Amino acid sequence: MTTSAPSRTQPSTTSKVGEKRVTATLSTQRRKERLLATVFLAPTVIGIFVFTVVPIVGSFLLAFFRWDIISSPRFVGLDNFTSLGTDRTLRVAFANTIAFVVVAVLLQLAVALALAVLVQGHLPTWLRSILRSVFFFPLILSAASVSIIMSYLFNQDFGLVNQVLTGVGLPDVPWLTSGPGAQLLVVLVYVWQNFGFSFLLFVGGLASIPRDVYEAAAIDGASGWRQFRQITFPLLSPTTLVASVMAVISALQIFDQPYVLTRGGPGDSTRTVVMVIYENAFQQLQFGRASAIGIVLTVFIMLATALQFRLSRRFIHYS
Amino acid sequence: MATITQHPAPRSVWRSRLLSGAPRVAFLAVAVALTLGPVVWTVLTALRPPSEALGSSPLSLDNLGFDSFRAVFDQVDLWLLILNSVLVTGLCAVGQMFTACLGGYIFARVPFRGRGVLFSMIMATMMVPMQVTIVPVFMLIRGMHLSDTLLALILPAIPTAFGTFLMRQYFMTLPPDLAEAAAIDGASPWRTFRSVYAPLATPGLAIVGILAFNYHWNEFFRPLIMTISEKNFTLPLGLVSLQGNKGTGSVAVVLAGVVISMIPALLVFVFGQRPLREGLTTGSFR
Repeated sequence: MTTSAPSRTQPSTTSKVGEKRVTATLSTQRRKERLLATVFLAPTVIGIFVFTVVPIVGSFLLAFFRWDIISSPRFVGLDNFTSLGTDRTLRVAFANTIAFVVVAVLLQLAVALALAVLVQGHLPTWLRSILRSVFFFPLILSAASVSIIMSYLFNQDFGLVNQVLTGVGLPDVPWLTSGPGAQLLVVLVYVWQNFGFSFLLFVGGLASIPRDVYEAAAIDGASGWRQFRQITFPLLSPTTLVASVMAVISALQIFDQPYVLTRGGPGDSTRTVVMVIYENAFQQLQFGRASAIGIVLTVFIMLATALQFRLSRRFIHYS
Repeated sequence: MATITQHPAPRSVWRSRLLSGAPRVAFLAVAVALTLGPVVWTVLTALRPPSEALGSSPLSLDNLGFDSFRAVFDQVDLWLLILNSVLVTGLCAVGQMFTACLGGYIFARVPFRGRGVLFSMIMATMMVPMQVTIVPVFMLIRGMHLSDTLLALILPAIPTAFGTFLMRQYFMTLPPDLAEAAAIDGASPWRTFRSVYAPLATPGLAIVGILAFNYHWNEFFRPLIMTISEKNFTLPLGLVSLQGNKGTGSVAVVLAGVVISMIPALLVFVFGQRPLREGLTTGSFR
């Protein structure tokens, strides 16, 4: 490398012939680079075009048609969208999903933040890294497995959770057989599996807060709670924004847990928007309608994200 | 300045009253128990004989054995489920590593007109939730006569915007002088990639591969839609359908299946924790 460095500046000082050769090799070099770029990008670009861009466009077109795959598609204009308003199941699913997102995301962020603060304080390094691994662990499991496990643990007849509850004198909770029980169960299972992600983000954010800020605060006699409220929380706000945006986006798409735990029941109490998309498309073969709901969900996710950025502007602090 | 000495040292202050001592330890211990408890219970229950999974006290260590593990192989074609999962996960991971490596390299190292725009467009596709595209993808797969095959799960998963992004970030951390040096030594662009940059990209590729493995091994929604016959089920799907057969399904047997399905994820967790963690949070801090 050291020998080649001077030659980089040399073309300007060499003879006309040499200069020509340099430009010639440069242009073949350039041509070869372009060929390489084309060949290398082809799989990704073609793949994303075929399996993502075309489907996005397809989804928009499909939303204006009535199509069950068997008979030929029929153009119905905005019918798929306008009929959504009167669809009781979908309305319930939207209400469920929003309520779920609010409760699950708040709980997830609260648990993750509390644990991140506790882990980040004075602990031996080995213990801190073990704790980090433990709280990260549920993320690697499949939502299906986790839901199967939890459906046994929370079973009303033989589940360990109710045995413990009645053991300490609390009433039996009908987790899977009552609406509120099932809704709470879905939240708990989802948060159990996903808090680790927000936790990782918070640990990263906490690590970036300089220690001397706390030292200065301590000198001024600020208590632990005040330090948290006036230093940690404000300085962590950019991380909190990222964590909440990501948590909301993923919670709005919840499907696996309620599907495995309750199939949407009892009644419609745990039916989510994605579940309705799935049922419309693959059980009722209403592909146009399913597309329309998918588009509404996407718009909803975008609005929720924009809203969070909007709200955050008021209280976010960049150090 | 002299007042500093009258105050507690910063070390002990950081361990502020609120978070110190017994309450903190207790809180963390409860959190650890709640996080690991369900998994420990799962393993212990799976080790009980199929008939008495729920009879004995949940944490007793008597009577443990592998009967339920044997039983799960009798009740479902677990080898087939494992084979399907390995095929789908393996090919998705290898395919993603391959395409992301090539694409990421170009976006990081080879300038061409429109590169920025193309890259932004690819990144933008990440924001569209899968639920919007799943219906047309299903139809495309059907049009390709691939419905109810494992290829229906593999093919659409191989081009990866996120993987391309990760590899681009990775290649950008490698020194650009290497390319210049190689070019001056007369290496072709292909040679520069193959002999200089590709070998250096292994850690980045490991992140892409581990993330892909973890995601596709656990995936439920797409397999539920794309596969119809049980011979094409992947593990999560097979386990859910095994659990659904309430008549035959002993808790211990189902959980034995769950434990088996967790083993590869566990190995990845043990050996690839750091890359996995870094990969998951890449892109959340810009």
